[in-house]
Amino acid sequence: MTDQLTRRQLLERAAIGGTAITLPGLLAACGSSGTKAAGGTTSSSHKLAKTLHFSNWTLYMDTNNKKHTNPSLIEFEKKYGTHVAYVEDINDNASFFGKIQGPLSRGQSIDRDIIVLTDNDRYLGLMLRKGWAEKLDKSAIPNIKNLVAVQQHPNFDPNREYTLPWQSGMTGIAYNDTLTDPVLSVSDLLENSKLKGKITVLNSMGDAMTLVMLANGDDPTKVTDKSWNDAFNRIKKAVDNKQIRQFTGNDYAPPLAKGDLSAAMSWSGDIAQIGNKHIHWNVPKDGGALWTDNMLIPKGGDVYTASVYMNYVYDPKVQGLMEAGDPKRNITGIYYIPPVAGAKKWALSFNPAVANNPLIFPSPKTLETVHIFDNAALNNQKYLEQWQNLISG
Amino acid sequence: MNFFHRHRETTPYLLLAPGVLFLAVFFVVPLGFLAYQSLESGNFDVGFSFTWAWSNYWNAIHDYRAQFVRSIEYAGIATLLALVASYPVAYWIAFRGGRWKNLLLLFIVAPFFVTYLIRTLAWETILSDNGFVVNTLQTLHVLGPGGRLLATSTAVVAGITYNFLPFMALPLYVSLEQIDERMIEAAEDLYASKLHAFLRVTLPLSLPGIVAGTLLTFIPAAGDFINAQLLGSTQNHMIGNVIQSKFLEQTDYPSAAAMSFILMGAILVFVFVYARLVGTEQLTGTAG
Repeated sequence: MTDQLTRRQLLERAAIGGTAITLPGLLAACGSSGTKAAGGTTSSSHKLAKTLHFSNWTLYMDTNNKKHTNPSLIEFEKKYGTHVAYVEDINDNASFFGKIQGPLSRGQSIDRDIIVLTDNDRYLGLMLRKGWAEKLDKSAIPNIKNLVAVQQHPNFDPNREYTLPWQSGMTGIAYNDTLTDPVLSVSDLLENSKLKGKITVLNSMGDAMTLVMLANGDDPTKVTDKSWNDAFNRIKKAVDNKQIRQFTGNDYAPPLAKGDLSAAMSWSGDIAQIGNKHIHWNVPKDGGALWTDNMLIPKGGDVYTASVYMNYVYDPKVQGLMEAGDPKRNITGIYYIPPVAGAKKWALSFNPAVANNPLIFPSPKTLETVHIFDNAALNNQKYLEQWQNLISG
Repeated sequence: MNFFHRHRETTPYLLLAPGVLFLAVFFVVPLGFLAYQSLESGNFDVGFSFTWAWSNYWNAIHDYRAQFVRSIEYAGIATLLALVASYPVAYWIAFRGGRWKNLLLLFIVAPFFVTYLIRTLAWETILSDNGFVVNTLQTLHVLGPGGRLLATSTAVVAGITYNFLPFMALPLYVSLEQIDERMIEAAEDLYASKLHAFLRVTLPLSLPGIVAGTLLTFIPAAGDFINAQLLGSTQNHMIGNVIQSKFLEQTDYPSAAAMSFILMGAILVFVFVYARLVGTEQLTGTAG
């Protein structure tokens, strides 16, 4: 028994042994992952893949309520023989980007052919600048001619070489008429003491700052240090006064419906989806924000198949059904704002109630009052840090 | 002679290898990466480079002192509340539970069958402005007419207490259950009052459970961010919220990593002081 190891020796040896065993293995593992470069499938072969992997935001596709299927995707499969593996796994730009940036920065594929990111957050532009998006195969997208004019030359992708809009939406103010008089302006929202602790502001910097800058009489499409500071301080004051209860993503919807909130800075489509007659949504009187979710093909995705799918959704008839749904066939639509010219005509034939909803097919006059936040400001490190510190206390 | 007898020198390594391998791959190596990252500088656009940027640490402490303090404060209060709430329960189950012991324990663990997020969201409903709790408190004039619980520190601490209660109750139960009731009888035979018998016999004997329970509650609670996110307002955010935001929203990985290390350090200091105060043997539960 004398030569039995003490506990300490055992631990020491095990530690050395463990390190010796693991380190080379780990290094090897790290090395090999780097060599599995993406892009193997990106050759411009004009052959459709068996499956198209599509990651999207939640509640963002036409749905058959009885069968719990997505009719437009089934139709696509029938027409082209490609199955769409459709997953709604994007909840916000930041966390989704956090999830995919690791593999993309190591040159690995993320096993998706289409993802959707928003233009009023910094990550869409970042994907393009980092070279993590594939060029669209425009020869497979003749329907690109149906892209509405305002969307044709965004500053992050001036010639639409990498991205195409999926849907747009407006940012404004929603209020619950059982709890408050109409809340129609940012000053009411942020400074009316009757609403103290009963309102929320969006945690998305582009949305919130656009609305406040417009209320200040500044131009949110060309942010200056002064207009930034003025808007920032106005929001900060409302935080310090405890006027603002929380900064939220789209989680403002349940408390607004329940009555914990009287009013909330919010997105048009969410309110259309809630369908509560006491909750009203408006573009604030000084103007609102317009944002667009964009499809793109991440590095390693199947360019041709993804492009064929994009072409399919840019067919006005397909888009019209996706947007408005069809009550006769139990299909619920997306209810945001479609980027495809001519979709309204078809939407009217499928579901006139939705096609005439000004939140879904806004009038040109409404669209004149909504603005797109300055892209340079979205990537200003100083602004970002200030904003995050404000919303995280 | 079998293999292990012939290789008795190497046997310990072989037996330990799976565990050590697991710890190395999933704990030591990531921790090493995190430490490396916490000393980098740069930003996501131009890339990060290793520059021994200790300023990440100083800046984190300087800019987020309030959130660090708040985390320790909330976690500390929640731990104390959990202890006060679960000690009588654990005591009752251990000494009076009889044949229902297992069922009663199941009740304590039952909320764990539901995911953390859903449990916290349930509190959002319970504490809502027009809910039963707030209305009752307003009737009793505990809360003013416009008063509320959601988006206050009360809600955050209540949420943390609730979510970590089983981590406190179970170790307490285990240590109380092991107490030989004859010791308490002996104390009473020697003219100790009920209170004295409890303070001098039961409480010291259950100390390992208290220590284990407080650590199991305090350590994860200090790093929690879900409760502050869902039940609190901007003024109630804890350091976990800041780390989450630095990591995901600002892609400022070095600062996030530095803050994680500071939190880890603060907790280690706390555990060390705590162990010094109550004695290390309580930590390992070897006191009998």
